[in-house]
Amino acid sequence: MLRLEARPAPSRLMQWCSPLLAAALTLLAGMAIFWALDKDPLEGLRYFLLNPVKDLYGVSELLLKATPLMLCAIGLAVGFRANVWNIGAEGQFMLGTAGASGVALYFAESDSALILPAMLFAGAAAGALWAAIPALLKTRFNANEILVSLMLVYVAQLFISWLVFGPWRDPMGFGFPQTAMFHDAALLPTLLDGTRLHLGFVFALAALAAGYVFMNRSYTGFKMRVAGEAAEAARYAGFSARRVVWIGLLTGGAAAGVAGMAEVAGPMGQLTDKVALGYGFAAIIVAFVGRLHAFGSLLASLLMALLFIGGEQAQQYMNLPSSISMVFQGLLLFFLLGSDVFIHYRLRLGRART
Amino acid sequence: MNAPSPTPGAPPRLRLEGISKVYPAVVANDAVDLVVAPGEIHAVLGENGAGKSTLMKIIYGVTRPSAGTLYWEGERVEVTSPAQARALGIGMVFQHFSLFETLTVAENVALALPGKPALDELAQRIEAVSQRYGLPVAPRRHVHALSVGERQRVEIIRCLLQNPRLLIMDEPTSVLTPQAVRKLFDTLRQLSAEGCSILYISHKLDEIQELCHTATVLRGGRVSGHCRPAEETPQSMARLMIGKDLPVCEHGPAASGGELRLRLAGLSHASEDPFGTDLKDIHLDVHAGEIVGIAGVSGNGQQELLQAISGEEIIAEKFPVQICGVQAGRLSAAQRRRIGLCFVPEDRLGRGAVPSMSLADNAVLTAARSAGLVRGGFLAFARARHFAAECIERFNVRCGGPQAAAKSLSGGNLQKFIVGREVLQTPQLLVCAQPTWGVDVGAAAFIRQAIIDLRNRGCAVLVVSEELDELFEICDRIAVIAKGRLSPVRPVAETSVEDIGVWMSGLWPGAEPVPADAEAEAVDAAA
Repeated sequence: MLRLEARPAPSRLMQWCSPLLAAALTLLAGMAIFWALDKDPLEGLRYFLLNPVKDLYGVSELLLKATPLMLCAIGLAVGFRANVWNIGAEGQFMLGTAGASGVALYFAESDSALILPAMLFAGAAAGALWAAIPALLKTRFNANEILVSLMLVYVAQLFISWLVFGPWRDPMGFGFPQTAMFHDAALLPTLLDGTRLHLGFVFALAALAAGYVFMNRSYTGFKMRVAGEAAEAARYAGFSARRVVWIGLLTGGAAAGVAGMAEVAGPMGQLTDKVALGYGFAAIIVAFVGRLHAFGSLLASLLMALLFIGGEQAQQYMNLPSSISMVFQGLLLFFLLGSDVFIHYRLRLGRART
Repeated sequence: MNAPSPTPGAPPRLRLEGISKVYPAVVANDAVDLVVAPGEIHAVLGENGAGKSTLMKIIYGVTRPSAGTLYWEGERVEVTSPAQARALGIGMVFQHFSLFETLTVAENVALALPGKPALDELAQRIEAVSQRYGLPVAPRRHVHALSVGERQRVEIIRCLLQNPRLLIMDEPTSVLTPQAVRKLFDTLRQLSAEGCSILYISHKLDEIQELCHTATVLRGGRVSGHCRPAEETPQSMARLMIGKDLPVCEHGPAASGGELRLRLAGLSHASEDPFGTDLKDIHLDVHAGEIVGIAGVSGNGQQELLQAISGEEIIAEKFPVQICGVQAGRLSAAQRRRIGLCFVPEDRLGRGAVPSMSLADNAVLTAARSAGLVRGGFLAFARARHFAAECIERFNVRCGGPQAAAKSLSGGNLQKFIVGREVLQTPQLLVCAQPTWGVDVGAAAFIRQAIIDLRNRGCAVLVVSEELDELFEICDRIAVIAKGRLSPVRPVAETSVEDIGVWMSGLWPGAEPVPADAEAEAVDAAA
């Protein structure tokens, strides 16, 4: 009989192996799903893992896809390290797209070089503003930030729909729910000719570096970590619990807002009601697979981007339903949480001796 | 005191032969031999880190030894789990209680027993045991409503219900009033007379001398000696334990007329915790160059008082807490630190230190500003390491260096680190909760001396402790807290342990008439 036995101390090895184990199990389960759907499992894996990165364009698409994931994940990780559970990055991302789009549409006639910085600022501010609502309710009324931030995602979705069906709808757009295409001064320059990879990727790398410095080097980041590890110790040291909530949520919101800005000013070039593809939710998985560390988030967002693109390819070439990438994301988080059990427990054969 | 005469030819209750426990970084036990006769009260003495706890965990099946053999009543056994230890007849009362506060006494006991005992029947068994051994406890009361002494009785009853033939007691008296200690000793002697062996771990040499038949002394994981405590003096046992004479605190007279550093001017505060104690109209002055002690049985408002002074709990008005002349009632803990307050909390792990963080990081926790461990908003790693290293060296903290995680230190060593961290910041006012709780004699004397030295350099010190001997050793003036009220403050020279012991029940001259239940407890404690 198998049984779990508590380890005397958490295993450091498992802490780092658990994401790898989870990735491997996800692939195995994925192959089983392909097999059950009467598809060739090896061909499925080829579409999922190899096809997306078989040439430079493929790699650039992967990095493009990873960009919003990195931005959202590093912002969330700052909060998660301090036990501030912002589940609403998806909504904050949408507000970021709206803020940036607003600037682009308002200054549609201008060619000023300041438009992009203004869009960046507006995106970050709008995302942070959306995250400020759960922060305010948490610090004033002790409302659960998980519920508030999650429910605001649906409010944000309706707000975006209202914008693109109503005041911001492109008059020349044949009634489609979308804004006019942004002019060149409101689009992020691409990094490589012939690809869609744009300056937003640099923002994401910069955000990862800033996140690393903030969490590991700064005094404020130290306070956040203390609050997450031992709330009593933070109280004893006199670190303000409210400030921790505010910083955790505002950072997550601003980062998601920047991700939203990079999406509309990058590959989309306009705002539509389908602007959010679940990056904000996927980033929660990314942050945990990446162990709430900057470098881990980088690797995890690449893995998640691979699952996104691989899912699309599997859809196109293997006639699989579009939910296949959601299934893979779910599997990955499921297996990660399952593997994490082995950080604190080990598997033993045989009955417990009494 | 006579050791029970074992039946001739009967095997010892427990015999350890060459028990060793090797951890990656440290040898906790090195070929330890130990023999406990039936009915014997056997003390295990040793400093922190001497390997007492590891040895007890091996006997109780929590830890497996690396080498060596255990014989239980002559039979060679391997104890692989606490459940097996209990089945053999070994019970253990831990230093930190493991009771669920929201459950009743009977429910807590039921959780520890095998199977699903019927609660009514169990309540009767609890009452029977509690009467037989003089351990009054009401089975249907909730644990949160019990005093610390009562909780300990629950733990002991929980063990006794399983009819143990060996009872391990880890530092059992550290939370009891002198009167409650008397009663505990009576119970233990009765158990011993009935043939139950007792392994008694303590650092209080006078108690061991009074209670225990034999003692095994550990030093650095090895057995450094055996003795019959009744034939020794505390000094001679301390020599066996720490290898040298016990340091004696040098305690000159307090400087008089120092400036006022802490004034509590009618501090009242309702606790937010439904199980907490409300503070009622507390007045206290602490001056530079003196140590003021507050005695009391735990749970009488000490935590609430300390949090109101430290700023962990912000009170409604400014004036009731005045620190270094500043009305500080509305200031945060960090702001109070900036005007000269340092604070040693009673919980080390999780409050005084972050368990998973290094000692260097834990230095930053409170000394960030005062010792310049933060520069321009960024952590100054080298300075933090240096500060931690200095604290480790000056306060003789045994650990793996500044990068060692706080949770890797033994309780006493972590306490030395935390006291050192606060003392090295040269505060104007030091507030210290349970400075030597669970700390061995050598380290305790060291910590007390550090506090006295700080006073001599002109710091004002407030010590809240449940150990009367300690307060009488280091304090210049002393008061008692009971039911959230503070007694008058007396110079130590003008009072006695007995007087303060009575005051601890809330009965001091001029005290308000106590409600009936408090009176019952007072009688209970005095009995």
